[in-house]
Amino acid sequence: MKIGVLAYQGSFEEHALQVRRVLQKIGKGEVIQVKKPKDLDVDGIIIPGGESTTIGQVAQKMGLLDPLKEKISQGLPVLGTCAGAIMLSKEVRDAKIGKKDQPLIGVMDASIIRNFYGRQRESFEATINLEEIEGGHQRFVFIRAPAILKVWGKAKALASLNDVIVMAQEDQIITTTFHPELSGTTIVHEYFLEAVKR
Amino acid sequence: MRLYALSFEEIERFFYKLAELRDSVKDEGLMSYVPEISVVSGTVQGSTRVKHAFPIFQKGGVVMDVTNVEQAGIAEDAGAVSVMVLDKLPYDVRKAGGVARMADPKVIEEVMNSITLPVMAKVRIGHVYEAKVLEALGVDMIDESEVLTPADEEHHINKWEFRVPFVNGARNLGEALRRISEGASMIRTKGEPGTGNVSEAVKHIKIVNQELRNLLSMAEEDRVKKSRELQVPYELVELTVKYSRLPVVNFAAGGIATPADAALMMWLGTDGIFVGSGIFKSEDPLERAKAVVLATANWEDPEVVLEAQKMISERKAMMGVDIKTLKPEELMQVRGL
Repeated sequence: MKIGVLAYQGSFEEHALQVRRVLQKIGKGEVIQVKKPKDLDVDGIIIPGGESTTIGQVAQKMGLLDPLKEKISQGLPVLGTCAGAIMLSKEVRDAKIGKKDQPLIGVMDASIIRNFYGRQRESFEATINLEEIEGGHQRFVFIRAPAILKVWGKAKALASLNDVIVMAQEDQIITTTFHPELSGTTIVHEYFLEAVKR
Repeated sequence: MRLYALSFEEIERFFYKLAELRDSVKDEGLMSYVPEISVVSGTVQGSTRVKHAFPIFQKGGVVMDVTNVEQAGIAEDAGAVSVMVLDKLPYDVRKAGGVARMADPKVIEEVMNSITLPVMAKVRIGHVYEAKVLEALGVDMIDESEVLTPADEEHHINKWEFRVPFVNGARNLGEALRRISEGASMIRTKGEPGTGNVSEAVKHIKIVNQELRNLLSMAEEDRVKKSRELQVPYELVELTVKYSRLPVVNFAAGGIATPADAALMMWLGTDGIFVGSGIFKSEDPLERAKAVVLATANWEDPEVVLEAQKMISERKAMMGVDIKTLKPEELMQVRGL
């Protein structure tokens, strides 16, 4: 199993570490960083947290955005956290600034709003019920986090916090608005790797 | 891609220990004001974990100094991860002289309302109240910076008191660890700001790297001695050894003016880049900003850095200043040890 992490900017090292931990548990596989179209020969890819505008612009400049979009449309499993979730959603707007042009992947039937909870001062940690993926209750951080306002079509919500969706899935596309890479549990990465195996 | 040996939780456990230390200091009456962490329906804001997480999402990115909404827009269009709002760019601080203070809150607010990126702002070293004002304003990160005129010649701000994360400058391991033990969530090299000359930033990161290597090769009893010498808790020295690097995100700052400068600093081991005068004191700010972003994200690949370097012209770069021509009193890096 070969898992790629989009590694221009953000929490890519943390994601790689979590994946490596899960791979050690199940005994095989490797993690590589993805920066160029030729790196896309992977069984699954992670789009990390960071600044979605930066990641999108650099990916576009490197000629990676379109091939990545095509691969995901063809069924490449993907996990997008925070900025990654923004990049994967079809509808994106900002809580304050409104609609803004930025390079996105836009493959998931989800409407997402950036900086939903406010600025860094309003960032928080919370316990999330992950029973839908048999993950129990886990503590996660939300940093200038977006919110998934609604999902439609084949997309479904997997977890919510105060009636706001924080984790969603559409076939092999999984998104979270929190940061499973900055937590003591590898449950979300395990769930993602299960999707890759299938 | 560099990999940490410890998980986020292990690091955070340590920082909670530091937070407990803070509370015991408060109980002894040594600290007058410590904000209560608010709990809203099972969620916690402004915790150590939340403060230390923010800089992780800046890694691999470029933070750009801006002085107005137009420049902030250029930074956003170029792919910056954050903007740092200042009254004057370091180059102009040098030229203007006088006391350099925090930026006008009205300007910071305008910038906050015009872009979606995080907005940082600088306060004078030790100026607790400029920091309180910026926290009330809601900036995403505060830079306690030697670019401004220090307000306290002896002390830095006690950053544990704040819900907003702080970034501080450092020229060596001792300065970096002292700032972390005061509650900084992020470190940057000091370099010599406003010069367009990267040599001091290179010097500072090399000193940190050398001191880290020395620490790693030391016997435990020597590390105990070293922690006393550096005036930091022994636990922090131990964490640094376990981690084999600074235990918080570390950026490069001070004199970065070209894509190759940025790639050089990443190659030397920093997690990201601050650019100030280098962008808006050049004649090609948008192209230069885009090029620096591209080079920072792809520093491992000389071909991409070459492409970035080709996007700009050396003829349009800011005029550099040779550090040797500066008088000792003109150096900014020696402020705040």
